[in-house]
Amino acid sequence: MIVTTTKGDMDEAQLEKREGSVDNEIEMTTWVEYWLEGELVHRSAHVTLKQPVNFGGETAAFA
Amino acid sequence: MANSQSMCTSFMKELLLGQHQFGTSTITSRTSLTAPTTDTFKAALYFASATVNAATTAYSVTGEVTNTSGSGYTAGGVTVTNANAPAQTVSPTATAGVAYWTPSASFSWTALTVTTAFDAVLIYNSTQSNKAVSVHTFGSQTITAGSFTLTMPTNDTTNALLRLSTT
Repeated sequence: MIVTTTKGDMDEAQLEKREGSVDNEIEMTTWVEYWLEGELVHRSAHVTLKQPVNFGGETAAFA
Repeated sequence: MANSQSMCTSFMKELLLGQHQFGTSTITSRTSLTAPTTDTFKAALYFASATVNAATTAYSVTGEVTNTSGSGYTAGGVTVTNANAPAQTVSPTATAGVAYWTPSASFSWTALTVTTAFDAVLIYNSTQSNKAVSVHTFGSQTITAGSFTLTMPTNDTTNALLRLSTT
């Protein structure tokens, strides 16, 4: 797979891949980094928002 | 049945649709005052060091994300895809209700390099003088020669991005 980096497009096999995620009440986030000889050359992130902004009370009771 | 005191849920949806006006205001023409067209909303990212919050009244470049290199981010942000009409739900007992709205697509930036941490997005009405709508925060991020995608929650009673509720 070709990865866009600060050094130009590179083959993923040439790079060290690091991934992570966060899942809490506010968001679900995943990120991927590619490193080349100790230098960060690519980082992407995907955040899914979970916490709405609310006007009025907290979540209305629908029982 | 008995009467129950509550703001009517339909009224809250109508607020989102601009069908109520309780005082004078100056707005940009929407072609027709009886059948106004939908405004355009935009989403702008802000550095973690910025100050956007409940007191924010309009979009500003102050504290807005800028490119560390390249041109992946454009001042003003991206246009919000808005295919979801404001909706409403009333509880089975008709004692509570909620009106809600969520953008219908993710906000995405590609070929982006922003190495200073950012952690907020401001949604604002670019048709109506860039009036602020809401601020949403998330864990600080940096992006290097990559992409940043902000996916919206499910557009329903509990999870929608904007909720106007009774109770």
